[in-house]
Amino acid sequence: MSEIVKKFLYLNRRAPYGSIHAWEALEVVLIGAAFDQDVSVLFLDDGVCQLIKGQDTKGIGMKNFSPTYRTLGDYDIRKIYVDRVSLERRGLTPDDLIEIAGEDPETEEEIENLVEVIDRARVSALMNESDAIFSF
Amino acid sequence: MAILHTVNQSPFERNSLESCLTFATDGAAVMLFENGVYAALSGTGVENQMMQALGRLRIYVLGPDLRARGLTEGRVIPGISVVDYADFVDLAVEHQAVQSWL
Amino acid sequence: MANTIEVDGKQFTVDEEGYLADLNDWVPGVATVMAGQDNLELTSEHWDIINFLREYYAEYQIAPAVRVLTKAVGKQLGKDKGNSKYLYSLFPYGPAKQACRFAGLPKPTGCV
Repeated sequence: MSEIVKKFLYLNRRAPYGSIHAWEALEVVLIGAAFDQDVSVLFLDDGVCQLIKGQDTKGIGMKNFSPTYRTLGDYDIRKIYVDRVSLERRGLTPDDLIEIAGEDPETEEEIENLVEVIDRARVSALMNESDAIFSF
Repeated sequence: MAILHTVNQSPFERNSLESCLTFATDGAAVMLFENGVYAALSGTGVENQMMQALGRLRIYVLGPDLRARGLTEGRVIPGISVVDYADFVDLAVEHQAVQSWL
Repeated sequence: MANTIEVDGKQFTVDEEGYLADLNDWVPGVATVMAGQDNLELTSEHWDIINFLREYYAEYQIAPAVRVLTKAVGKQLGKDKGNSKYLYSLFPYGPAKQACRFAGLPKPTGCV
């Protein structure tokens, strides 16, 4: 295993279903999780709509991939962020979003919800701290 | 006879809705579908524009696209009609022409 | 040309890697026939994992990567089963890839 751990940021800015971006991004995040890097996933702009709970795609004949976000914790991705201003602009609150459970890597204690709603300064800081940013 | 305008892009990502509302004349119809449905929600940054448009335009939103995105009818701005695919077809037939704001 | 396998006299379409084309087609006989082609006889221990994978897919809409599977099996079926040695003893061609194929699921996400 490589000693050098890079900070990867996956930046999601598209709504689900209207384009393929959201699903492709999720697949890349899950595949990339195998490389044991320091991964953050950020939902910004229309990307916050990917996490809205209660999605039901039967009426549009597309695969509902919203349950798959709940596996991010299983894939040891613990840094999951949502931009607060993007939520507000879309009439959404943190309660409208799915919860993603995980566990503390040291204590193995269950963490009920990894999703963290952050302000704009934290969003900028996340980008500035990253070694690589994957934008979708 | 009037025009049916359709908007399938998010109002937060593209200016399709803005252009549509600028050019649609009084009495026209607007159908929001696919990512366009986000414009129909209460409490958003485009709610005021939508409220003003409701005074002069008939506005519809496609129910299956709302449900796919986890959005209930209760979140839709009062005055906007939630319709299904069959209604969409009827609207297209009833109007003189369809303008798609892609 | 699509590849097929025969289960109880019925033809099932599979892709070029042997994964079932439509997971809704799956019946337990699919797993038995695929295992036979790999010279494996399925025991209740195999079925525990196959059923676990089908339930995981039904809930999350993906087939888990092998390390995710290992951890989840440990949690649900006991620590003695949540290790790759045990899982490889059941599924020598790789617990995620081979067991997912038997379970009618697509190739696991995150398998490199």
